[in-house]
Amino acid sequence: MSDNILEFQHVTKEFPGVLALNDVSFTVRQGSIHAICGENGAGKSTLMKVLAGIYAHGTYTGKVLYKGEALQFTGDSIKQAIETGIAIVHQELALVPQITVGENIYLGREPAQNGIINWNKLYNDTRLLLEKHHLDIPFAAVTGSLSVGKQQLVEIAKVLSENAEVLILDEPTSALTESEVDTLMTILNELRKQGKTCIYISHKLEEVFRIADLVTVFRDGGVVGTRPTADITSAQIVAMMVGREMTERFPTVPRAPGETLMTVKHWSIESAEQTNQKVVDDVSFTLRKGEILGLAGLMGSGRSELALSLFGEYGRKSSGNISIEGKKVEINSARDAMENGISLVPEDRKRMGLVIEQSILKNISLPNLDRFSSFFSLNKHLEIQECEAMAQDIAVKAPTLHALVSSLSGGNQQKVVIAKWLMSNPKILILDEPTRGIDVGAKYEIYKLMNELTLQGISILMISSELPEILGMSDRIMVMHEGKLGGILDRDEATQEKVMALATGIA
Amino acid sequence: MLAQKLNNLIRQNLKTYTMILALALIWLFFGYMTDWIFFSSRNMSNLFRQMTIVSFLSIGMVMVIVTGNIDLSVGSVVGLVSAITAYLQAVLLPPLLESIMPGADILARGLASTAITIVIGLLVGVIIGIWQGWVVAYLGVPAFIVTLGGMLIFRGGVLGVTQGKTIVPIEDSFRLIAQGYLPNKVGWLLGIATVIIIFLLILKNRKLRKEYGFTLPPLYTDLLRASSYSGLVILFVAVMNSYRGIPNPVLLMAVVALIFTYITNNTKLGRHAYALGGNMEATRLSGINIRRNVFTIFVLMGLLCGVSGIVLTGYVAAGTTGGGVNYELEAIAACVIGGTSLMGGEGKIFGAIVGSLIMASLLNGMSVMNMPIFWQFIIRGIVLILAVYVDVLSKKKKA
Repeated sequence: MSDNILEFQHVTKEFPGVLALNDVSFTVRQGSIHAICGENGAGKSTLMKVLAGIYAHGTYTGKVLYKGEALQFTGDSIKQAIETGIAIVHQELALVPQITVGENIYLGREPAQNGIINWNKLYNDTRLLLEKHHLDIPFAAVTGSLSVGKQQLVEIAKVLSENAEVLILDEPTSALTESEVDTLMTILNELRKQGKTCIYISHKLEEVFRIADLVTVFRDGGVVGTRPTADITSAQIVAMMVGREMTERFPTVPRAPGETLMTVKHWSIESAEQTNQKVVDDVSFTLRKGEILGLAGLMGSGRSELALSLFGEYGRKSSGNISIEGKKVEINSARDAMENGISLVPEDRKRMGLVIEQSILKNISLPNLDRFSSFFSLNKHLEIQECEAMAQDIAVKAPTLHALVSSLSGGNQQKVVIAKWLMSNPKILILDEPTRGIDVGAKYEIYKLMNELTLQGISILMISSELPEILGMSDRIMVMHEGKLGGILDRDEATQEKVMALATGIA
Repeated sequence: MLAQKLNNLIRQNLKTYTMILALALIWLFFGYMTDWIFFSSRNMSNLFRQMTIVSFLSIGMVMVIVTGNIDLSVGSVVGLVSAITAYLQAVLLPPLLESIMPGADILARGLASTAITIVIGLLVGVIIGIWQGWVVAYLGVPAFIVTLGGMLIFRGGVLGVTQGKTIVPIEDSFRLIAQGYLPNKVGWLLGIATVIIIFLLILKNRKLRKEYGFTLPPLYTDLLRASSYSGLVILFVAVMNSYRGIPNPVLLMAVVALIFTYITNNTKLGRHAYALGGNMEATRLSGINIRRNVFTIFVLMGLLCGVSGIVLTGYVAAGTTGGGVNYELEAIAACVIGGTSLMGGEGKIFGAIVGSLIMASLLNGMSVMNMPIFWQFIIRGIVLILAVYVDVLSKKKKA
């Protein structure tokens, strides 16, 4: 018993109408890395919020034992949890972008005398902390100027500085580059040696196998089982998560891409951050009818910028030319892009894709209001009819079209974004990270949808950071490295190693 | 099942119901405190007439706030329009018209003067709207600053036009806009026409829903809804007619409110405004011209300031240096009490009208109670904060 640092006993948490956690019981060994897997909405994050005190004692039933004693956080429960030694690294960044790394790490705990902050001590502590954990982060930099990956590491450093015994990492790598993931793995190994316990929530099974000792799988608010990672395969985990054996992660259909639809020649764009720098530098490629062209590259390789500029919305000067169906086109705004049959499902759906506090209906119809309006007024009946048909076509799961988008799961939100862009009848659909942060089942549905669209003759340019996804879905793979085109590979010749070599510039 | 449906309905419209409940409580309180003089048809008529000037502003303000902007200049713009219209009526137009149409009938000359004044008054509002909309939307200066500057600029304009004096006289025909009443018969005709239109619209909507293959709610619920709206219309006409009839500005306000409700719900302009207030980035990436949208809304705000200024001149029958002072605060307060979110993306015209009515009721009720002016300011301020606090509370509960 003594080596169990945490023990969940029959934890049940109910929200109005939803049983988020249903009689959850399992134990976590001290000094282990314990992975938790499950589809979105399976209850992982809810359980972690119970553990970290975000849901105070009494709002759930059952017990959580920490070192054999029941946790009873009430009142200022988050602070109590931190003081006990339980700290959470959030899925969404919880840093103030305008202040420095050091200030963020010690926010609320600034070393001070009589209310006057000792800045030297603060920055020195920060430096020592970062050095101790081999984190390559400038301690006095303004946090917002760092890459998202670095910011995530800052957040981890912050948690470490709180002398946490139990670290909860909720999807820590979703925004990290390969090398940053390596750094994180090293840090976690280090922490394990120091006897600290990590709870590691992730969709990425590769990471789970790489780092975790044990894995607990959740489904529909309950625990399906806990296994040592040495005794289980990723297919078995997926089967436990979805409750069915998943024979293939990527549905395949025989595709025969037709003739060239879009040609991009010598495409360059200036950087929005630094003058005289190009984020995309002399990139040329073609896109065929009914093809999925994968676009791979590390963070900062210019993938998303390329996508935005093809859609006319990067906001900086571009040079080079685009022709669609043999005709040269000028695209200077989203409207131009839509008129030329290009749609973009952007990378960050909450920030760029959706009006989160509006209904599904209003989100789907937003770019398409012209279809429903004559003179001044909208034909709302027609709007509902067409949006309903579209939502049904791509299987958006919601009680009604009037439900707020914020109430949907990530996978369904992504489907709403896709629905909104399919309604404008695009010839070319640019998908930027179409499956980021959504669960396995929903991913599979989105892949199937992509296949269907290509069969209808729509061409897809898909940007993704997940190599298996790129390799599994694309007909051809285009790899970018520091703004330049690294190379274009055919499906048959592409391997993870080849793509990575092009992306890192060593090939 | 029915209980659950009812529960959902109440939860969805919680804001509307709390607002109406608050209004009812305020009215009952004042009624009790004033020996029910507050509810006399004369006072009710006054109350509705008093609320109109600010309610035009709050209608426009809802749209401005929904896009995530604010307009602090409306009070000064109303003052300027009022001053200019008064100046036209009292100083500029009489000699001009005398020379253009010599020997014309006094009545005809008055009507011509009024017509010209209305057009110019609206035009002044629109031009100011174009100016402010251009600076906000196309030059990218925050609306708070542009309209704060505008507040000073146009107040300066008021002082320039009036030279610090009160401008009189105003033509009778112009005063009718704000001071006149509809004859009782016309009032009843209008009331009955409204009732017929309500029923026709609801039936037409049912027919359309059927054509598009949607499920229909049972007929009796629609009829019940139509009847209750009709009942309110009839009650309103009856109360107004038992004094002198429906005040002209109240009719004008109802028409303007209906037009703008339609704009917000049923036009691209309205839908785009709500979307860009909710998420500007996503709206831009949806191919929507955000700048043009914000610009148009400021122009509409200007137009409504024009309407409000004209009614103000008619109401006080003069142009004064203090015309429109603090109206921006009254309008913003009315919006916020009516459930408009200052973060943008959320707000209703109907809410703003009820909000205006609440603000006007407070002022009217406290005057009837003979409360000292200083208390009236203090209490209205507290009510504003309280209203937002209730909103914050209800949001916390939801989370």
